Amino acid sequence: MVLGRVRAAIADVPAGEVLAFDRDGAEAEARYERGGTLDVAARLALFVERAGDYQAEVTVCADEGAAIAAAVGAACARHATRRVVVPDGLDRAWVPDAIEPVADDPPLAWPDLAACDGVLSGCELAIAVTGTVILATGPAQGRRAATLLPDLHVCVVRSHQIVETVPEAIARLATPIAARRAITLISGPSATSDIELKRVEGVHGPRRLELIVAAPGP
Amino acid sequence: MTPAGGFPAAARAAVADSQLRANLRGATHAIRDKRAAAVAEVADWEELREAGRLIKERAMRHLDRHLEDLEAAVIAAGGQVHWAPDGAAANRIVGDLVAATGSAEAVKVKSLATDEIGLNDALAARGIDVLETDLAELINQLAGDTSSHILVPAIHRNRAEIRELFLRELPDPGELDETPAALAGAARRFLRERFLRAEVAISGANFAVAETGTVGVVESEGNGRMCTTLPRTLITVMGIEKVLPRLSDLEVMLQLLPRSSTAERMNPYTSLWTGVTPGDGPEGFHLVLLDAGRTNALRDEVGRQALHCIRCSACLNVCPVYERTGGHAYGSVYPGPIGAILTPQLSDLESGATLPWASSLCGACYDVCPVKIDIPTVLVHLRGEVVRREAGGSKDAAERLSMKAAAYAFGSTTRYRRAQRLALRALRVLAKVPVLGRLVPGPLAAWITVRDLPEPPPETFGDWWRGRRP
Repeated sequence: MVLGRVRAAIADVPAGEVLAFDRDGAEAEARYERGGTLDVAARLALFVERAGDYQAEVTVCADEGAAIAAAVGAACARHATRRVVVPDGLDRAWVPDAIEPVADDPPLAWPDLAACDGVLSGCELAIAVTGTVILATGPAQGRRAATLLPDLHVCVVRSHQIVETVPEAIARLATPIAARRAITLISGPSATSDIELKRVEGVHGPRRLELIVAAPGP
Repeated sequence: MTPAGGFPAAARAAVADSQLRANLRGATHAIRDKRAAAVAEVADWEELREAGRLIKERAMRHLDRHLEDLEAAVIAAGGQVHWAPDGAAANRIVGDLVAATGSAEAVKVKSLATDEIGLNDALAARGIDVLETDLAELINQLAGDTSSHILVPAIHRNRAEIRELFLRELPDPGELDETPAALAGAARRFLRERFLRAEVAISGANFAVAETGTVGVVESEGNGRMCTTLPRTLITVMGIEKVLPRLSDLEVMLQLLPRSSTAERMNPYTSLWTGVTPGDGPEGFHLVLLDAGRTNALRDEVGRQALHCIRCSACLNVCPVYERTGGHAYGSVYPGPIGAILTPQLSDLESGATLPWASSLCGACYDVCPVKIDIPTVLVHLRGEVVRREAGGSKDAAERLSMKAAAYAFGSTTRYRRAQRLALRALRVLAKVPVLGRLVPGPLAAWITVRDLPEPPPETFGDWWRGRRP
C-alpha cells in the first residue's frame, strides 16, 4: 500500500530517468573533496589537535608495546581506574601491570560491565579532520556495550589507522558493514547542551575519553 | 494539530511573552554564529550542499526502488521490515511488537517521527510505559510539555525550572543544585538504571542506506547508543523519506548534518547498525517504514523537496519569524521555516494552512539549508495552493485587492510614476502621525501597529534620475 502510493506520487518522473548521480562518471556532479592532501605527519598532528578540541585527552607515544602500556597506565592513573575491561584480540603488551584486566568472555551482564571502572580498546580507524575514532564490532574492539558502560574509555589509535577526510573513512567502512559489524563513530566524550545551551560533558556514555596515539618513531 | 486560530493567533500570544522572546533570541543567535564558523572552515561547503541536494533529489525521484532495496537488505541482515501507511498503523505495529516481548516498558531515543504520530500516548493507552531518554525530551516528558525546537526541545525552560521539576518528579534526585552539570548528572543516574533493565528500545533514524540496510542514529548524549545497544529488541520508526541510496551518500550527510545542526565538526556519537550483529546488541531488529502523509508531499512536484530535510534545524535559528514566536506557535512537531512547508503538506493542507504565511520570505532559510531546500519558493507555491482551495471565501480579499491595485499601477509607466509621487506625499504625512495604527483602516492596521514607517526620501528614484541627467 505504501509502495503503491509512492509510485503514484512520482508518476511524473520519466520511466528510465537517469539522474546525474547514476550515470557513468556521476562523480562529476559531486565536486566536493574526497581525498586528503596531508602527509602522514601532518595528518597525525591534525588528528591530535582536533580530538583535543573535543575534550578527549590525547597522548602520543611510540608504536611499541611497552610505550603504549605506559601511556595506558598513565591514562588510567589520571582517573584512578583499576578494573578495566579488555576485549578479546587486544594486544596483551598494551595492558599495563598496574590495572586489573577484566575479560568480557563469557559475556558479562550489563551491571557487571557497568561496575568496571574503564575499558581499553583498539579502533577500526580514525578521522583527522573531525577528531573522530571509529569502532566496529570485533577483535580488540569487543562488542558495543563494553565500550559504552564503563566510565572511562581508553582507546589506542595507531597512526596508520588515521585517514584525513570523512569520505575516506566511509569508503573504508564498506567492508566491516558488509560483514554486519556494528559501527560507532566517537568524537570526544558524550555531551549535552540541552539546559540553557550550556555544554556539559559526560552524560550517558563514558564520561572520559583518553586517546593513545601510537606513531612510529622519527 | 494546529491551534485554534492557526499560526497568527498562537504567534500573537508568543510574541507578547518577552521572556520567551529573550530566551529564543539568545539561543538562536548563539547557535547561528557557531554554525557559521563551523561551515566557514569547510572549503568545499557549497559543493557538499549541491551533492546533498542531488542525493536527496535522486532518493525521492526513485523512492519506490530505494525502499524495496532497503527492505531486502534489512531482511538479509536479519532484521524485519513493517510498512505503516499512517500514524495509527505505525502505533499499532509498534504496540504489537512491544507486547510480543512481554515487556510493559520501553526506553526511547528522541524521534520527531514518533512525536508526529503520537506514539507515546498510543502506547500508554495500551499500558506500555515509554521513557524518553534524551535530556530535553525527558524534561518535556516529566513536565507534560511539548518540544519548542527540533534540536534543543526544552529551550523554553531555564535551569531553576528544571531543578524544581527534577526534585518533584525523579524518584531519588538527592541534593541537587541548579548547575547544568548537576542536573545532567541527576538524569544520568535515573536513566542508567532504566537502560540496564530495558528489554525494548524505540528509536527514530537519521537515515537508512538502501544498498546495505544500514540504519543510523546521530546524537550527542549517548542515550542513542544505550538504546540501540542494550535492549534485546530494537524498534526503529523511520519516515520513508529518510532512505539514502548508497553507503557513500553518508560521506556527504555526515559532513553536512553535524556542522549545520550543532555546529560541530562531528557530533559525539553516531551509531550505524546493519540488521542484527551476532553477539553484539539487540537480538531482534524491526524497521517500521512510515508514510503518514509523506506521499502527499511527494505528489507535489514543487513541494516534494520539503522531504529532503535532514532535520538539522539551521533554518529555525536564522528565521526572523521563529526567533520571535518560538516553536510552539507553529502547532506542529516541525516548527520554523521547514515546518511551514512540511506540516501543511503532510496533512494535505488539512492542518497548518496558515503556516505558509508564517514567513517574511527573506530567504535566510534557503541560504543555510545544507541540502539547499528552496523554502521561499515552496512557501509561495503553497500559499497559491491554499488560496486556490479556499477560493470563493473572503479571507484573502484584502490581499487580492491590493495585488489588483498593484497590477493596475505597474501596468503603465505614467500610472506608475503618478502612483509613486502620490505615495511619497502620503508617506510624508503618515510618518508624522504618532498613532497611525488607530487611523489606518482594515487589515493594514495589524501591520502598522507593530512596525515603524520608514522616513520617506525627498523625491522618488525616478524623479531624481531624470533630474540629474544633463
